[in-house]
Amino acid sequence: MSRYTGSGTVVLDSTPSVVSFGSAVGKMEGAGPLGSCFDYVSEDSAFGENTWEKAESRLQQHAFEQALIRGSISEGDISFVFAGDLLNQCTGSAYSMRNNGARFIGLYGACSTMAECLALASVFADSGVGSLNAALTSSHFCSAERQFRFPETYGGQRTPTAQWTATASGCAIIGAHSAPPYVKAVTIGTVKDLGIKDANNMGAAMAPAAYDTIKTHLETLGRTPEDYDLILTGDLGYVGSDLLYDLFMQDGVKLGERHNDCGKMIFDREKQDVHAGGSGCGCSASVLCGHILPRIRSGELKNVLFTATGALMSTTLVQQGESIPGIAHCVHLSFSDNTL
Amino acid sequence: MEYLWAFLIGGTFCAIGQVLIDLTAMTPAKILVTYVVSGVVLGALGVYEPIVELAGAGATVPLTGFGYNLAKGVRKAVTEDGLIGSLTGGLEACAGGITAAVIFALIAAIVFGRGDKTRRTRRSVLRS
Amino acid sequence: MKLTESEYGKLAKRRAPGTKLYKTIPMAFLVGGLICCVGQAILDLYKSLGITADMAGTLTSVSLVFLSAVLTGFGLYDKIAKHAGAGTLVPITGFANAVVSPAMEFKTEGYVLGVGAKIFIIAGPVIVYGLAASALYGIILFAMQAG
Repeated sequence: MSRYTGSGTVVLDSTPSVVSFGSAVGKMEGAGPLGSCFDYVSEDSAFGENTWEKAESRLQQHAFEQALIRGSISEGDISFVFAGDLLNQCTGSAYSMRNNGARFIGLYGACSTMAECLALASVFADSGVGSLNAALTSSHFCSAERQFRFPETYGGQRTPTAQWTATASGCAIIGAHSAPPYVKAVTIGTVKDLGIKDANNMGAAMAPAAYDTIKTHLETLGRTPEDYDLILTGDLGYVGSDLLYDLFMQDGVKLGERHNDCGKMIFDREKQDVHAGGSGCGCSASVLCGHILPRIRSGELKNVLFTATGALMSTTLVQQGESIPGIAHCVHLSFSDNTL
Repeated sequence: MEYLWAFLIGGTFCAIGQVLIDLTAMTPAKILVTYVVSGVVLGALGVYEPIVELAGAGATVPLTGFGYNLAKGVRKAVTEDGLIGSLTGGLEACAGGITAAVIFALIAAIVFGRGDKTRRTRRSVLRS
Repeated sequence: MKLTESEYGKLAKRRAPGTKLYKTIPMAFLVGGLICCVGQAILDLYKSLGITADMAGTLTSVSLVFLSAVLTGFGLYDKIAKHAGAGTLVPITGFANAVVSPAMEFKTEGYVLGVGAKIFIIAGPVIVYGLAASALYGIILFAMQAG
């Protein structure tokens, strides 16, 4: 049973398993450093659809299907789907789920959504609610650009701190305790805002939230960064990661060696010209499901603290001059089911 | 010589814009508004006319030239028609450029497919 | 460790990589200057055909707008703009790009509510404040002439 220890942290005593996972990405992500890890790479960024919104839903369906295939699971076996994306009213997920019978819980946490979905799917599974629960998120560069920024053919210059929304999706299916990877604990973060107003510097807006949630997780459970092989943040990018190191440095904690960031991993910074790295809730989802979960399953990684971070802004609030609040949630994934 | 001045003056207008983008928090839209309004003001004060005479297209092609054109149109219309000219002169002078942009945009919307920055190589065939 | 907003703001500023000014400014100057030279060549061409200066000016604007629309349509304008920055933003070709690109982008929402309604989503402010400034100038000019 799930045990609430305070400070947003839930310990999952039954250590539910990530029974399957799948990932799907676009061409550019497929050509990136992790290209060979992904289950499905599309040469066509429209995924055969005539709008970018439908393309994103199709992309999400591919990730979902890949997870079902890997686990030899039929769609009807899934009890609840926790899914989210960056589009207004969470339509990327709603439309990808409209033709299957899964119980759909749409979530929004900007780029933190995968951790949010994973945390809830795991707590449900740990509590014995639902036999198999899916956590599923996506983002698409073109659908995000037209909603948050400029038309595709508009001649604008991206600033050096801007991040590139990944066309990517990942799906993890959580079930009762069986085989690694196991989900051991989750920490739900608080909304943090340290006054960053530049929508082109989301890494800086999110770093305080990542710092706060990771620190809370470690303190609540009495751990240090050395207890993990990898502290994996989602989409802080290069700027946000540096700031995260700075914040931990002020406590005298050296995070750098244990840390990596999905936004830094998914693209080749120089060759792919993505400025401060990748972003989008499909970025952390695809890196987790394509690259990290297989390595935990094989035992190559023993303990991973997956911490997806989100910038909870909208174009309206940014135009109104408001600063950008950030959020982060931690999920502790492990190869072993012992305590720690 | 005319081309040299067009290059230098036109380039300078653009370089100033780049400085504003890189060193201030101004968005491109705000920079363009500033340019067009500055063009109107400089045109009204009679400062822009000599730049146009010197640099030709180097002064009329940047958006300050658009503002200068608006001011010139209004001046002509107000002198000929009185107060109503302040409402008619500006658009009249810029009608060609604005209407052309709208018409070509419509045609482009009809003719061309969607843009896609993630597609770095040549247009690939859609695969379903 | 608690940081105040201003302390964090300073830290964030230090960690934000700066733009490479030695690259962006010369590029803007070069490309912007070249676009103006193209404009000058077109202007001279129309003038050599015996067209009046005013009409040649209008035709030059229309021609540059057309060229920009074609480049935008083929997805080339934004590729140049990535390097040229203000060099492609400030000339009238940048205005045309700002009108053509939303027209293309929002075609999926239909010709009326997509293309029609969103065509000026970027360039609209230029027209609004350009016209407002010129109308204000007209009123001042009229008052001065009357006085």
